[in-house]
Amino acid sequence: MPASVGWVWLVVAFPFLGFLVNGALSFVRPDAKRAVSTVGVGVLVLSFVTAVVVASAVFAEPPHGHAYVLLLWSWIPAGTLQVDLALQVDQLSIIMMLVVTGISMLIHVFSIGYMREDPGYPRYFAYLNLFVFFMLILVLGANFPVMFIGWEGVGLCSYLLIGFWYENRPFADAGKKAFIMNRIGDFGFLIAMFMIFRATGTLSFASVFAEAPQVFEVGGTTITLITLALFLGCTGKSAQIPLYTWLPDAMAGPTPVSALIHAATMVTAGVYLVARSNVLFAMAPVSSFAVAAVGAATALFAATIATKQWDIKKVLAYSTISQLGYMFMGVGVGAYAAGIFHLTTHAFFKALLFLGSGSVIHALHHAYHATHGHADAQDMRNMGGLRRFMPWTAGVMWIATLAIAGVPGFSGFFSKDEILAMTFARGHEAGAFYVLWIVGGVAALLTAFYMTRMMLYTFHGPNRTGTEEQGHLHEAPWVMTGPLVVLALGSVFAGALNLPEVLPGAGWLHHWLEPVTEGSAAYLPAMHLEGKTEWLLLGLATVIAAAGILGAWNFLKPARLLPASEAPPEHGLQKLLLRKWYVDEIYDALVVRPVMWVSDRACWKVVDVGVIDGLFVNGSATAARAVGWIGSRLQSGRVGMYVFFFVLGSILVLRAFLR
Amino acid sequence: MLLGPALTVSVILFSLGVAGVLFRRNAIVIFMCIELMLNAVNLTFIALAQQLGPEGQVIVFFVMAVAAAEAAVGLAIMIGIYRHKNSLNVKEINLLRG
Repeated sequence: MPASVGWVWLVVAFPFLGFLVNGALSFVRPDAKRAVSTVGVGVLVLSFVTAVVVASAVFAEPPHGHAYVLLLWSWIPAGTLQVDLALQVDQLSIIMMLVVTGISMLIHVFSIGYMREDPGYPRYFAYLNLFVFFMLILVLGANFPVMFIGWEGVGLCSYLLIGFWYENRPFADAGKKAFIMNRIGDFGFLIAMFMIFRATGTLSFASVFAEAPQVFEVGGTTITLITLALFLGCTGKSAQIPLYTWLPDAMAGPTPVSALIHAATMVTAGVYLVARSNVLFAMAPVSSFAVAAVGAATALFAATIATKQWDIKKVLAYSTISQLGYMFMGVGVGAYAAGIFHLTTHAFFKALLFLGSGSVIHALHHAYHATHGHADAQDMRNMGGLRRFMPWTAGVMWIATLAIAGVPGFSGFFSKDEILAMTFARGHEAGAFYVLWIVGGVAALLTAFYMTRMMLYTFHGPNRTGTEEQGHLHEAPWVMTGPLVVLALGSVFAGALNLPEVLPGAGWLHHWLEPVTEGSAAYLPAMHLEGKTEWLLLGLATVIAAAGILGAWNFLKPARLLPASEAPPEHGLQKLLLRKWYVDEIYDALVVRPVMWVSDRACWKVVDVGVIDGLFVNGSATAARAVGWIGSRLQSGRVGMYVFFFVLGSILVLRAFLR
Repeated sequence: MLLGPALTVSVILFSLGVAGVLFRRNAIVIFMCIELMLNAVNLTFIALAQQLGPEGQVIVFFVMAVAAAEAAVGLAIMIGIYRHKNSLNVKEINLLRG
């Protein structure tokens, strides 16, 4: 192990230090914003620099066979259960580490501008630092329990940051919704851990994946159940069908939080988990197909909803769900590198889109604040023509839009195409993969459409903010636009990490991750496409992207859009999409209300009031009083009685002695 | 010598004492019955001391001393009760009823 790899604990420790300092400042000196910014961003810079040093050492000397594992201390030494607090540095975890620290650093910088006037500034940075700490624990943990600490920790930070403005009841409720839905997923993760321990007797990644081929049979019940339980965890954390409804509500948090937690990093944890456990998933073809199918279904379903949302952040939220669906499709068909590749490129362009929308919301919020207006600063019907006021934001967001839409040359084109190509390549085995491929293609078309729609309504056409407000619209300060520009560069060039096979210098990421994914290669068919087919698919992807963009450009008329206050109500399919297929209402009727009913009628009024309070608490008191009443009858206060019993007792004792 | 009749008298006296304590109502009478039981025991000690040695006689002095002390305390209590209740009927003295 190279010496500098041993510094990896510093990458984790710096954000935690920042959390401690900022957490203390939020109590002691809440107004020291300069100190908070310095600490909050400083620790991230230090963390990122350390991450780069560690990563460059790994690039210079990649681990073969065994990953570099840094043992910090023994955590749970309990008989055969031995869990160490250990960090794992290998090809996969350093990619994740660089993405997390890099994107987090940029978003921290952006937050300085975005959150400047918020009274909870130190608390915000404390939470954000804590989130980065847990996210790094998640991606660097060397065994399932350590990963689970991170997994739960990011969930906690997500809850804290969604409900950051907790005085607002719906925002606080959104935080609770996210937390509870994640708990359902975490239950799956826990069950999977128990089953893995029962089967293999260990929980560290290295031993579990090394022993899996001997312990499990391919396609067996145990391995299928384990991987399905793990995937249940992924659907919660990564917002897939059926547990995705928390993510759109999570937009209640500050926009940089949406960018960091609910787009670039935390929600991709599920993809990382599947890619990390690739051996287990490859040995369970049924589970893998379920992953791919759920991913494809989510990609399409969320994309349809995104086409009709008016809240700019809701569009991006459904877009994120849709793109996460692509990632699961990738790791589900066994293209683990492709999934991680899309995770990486998506981190750039989706963080950019969210931060850009944050910049727009910031501008509108200030404009409405200045004129004491009460219109919704996130509704696209109140935007329009903003490119004249905020050229930088408009420019970088167009770059991100082209990237996510899959325009050739941009990063999203390569990553999305690779997932679709790999899915297509497995069509030889089963026609179902062709179905997934078509679903993915349709979702790609919708992606290009709704993103262009969002850009048109936000930045083009006439301005609908209000005549008085227009004077107050202006570009964000450099501390906000700077990170946008860096992310825009990433959105353009990140595709170079893993070019298609037909291009020169192809597949770097794929080869880099081979040591991590080689364990699963034996169970998967070779996914290779001929040059001609690959060119054809690339061409088709280009056509799809162009069709989506041009379709939106031609059919949508931003000039005819009315401001939110004057807009007519929607009908038919449009209303169905606007109301998100009524999934929240269905869940409410099928799950929430029955649970509330059972809690109220059965658990509270029968079990709690009747059994616990009535039988146990009051019942035992009544029983004690009844027994006491019998005893108290002897205490007549009459000396004669006492003496009678005394004599009776004496006689009995004497009888016993004299026998 | 005369051990049998002495013990018989003792048993009769003791039983009379017990019966008096159990069935009489007047506190003074109950008190006297207790003294009767003590003296019945004393008689037993004396009778048996003839055969078993002088310890029994010594104990009788202890019993008499304790009985004297008890008489003093007991009569004082009864005076207190009488002042309080104007009666020495134990049926009416039931303040400690549970």
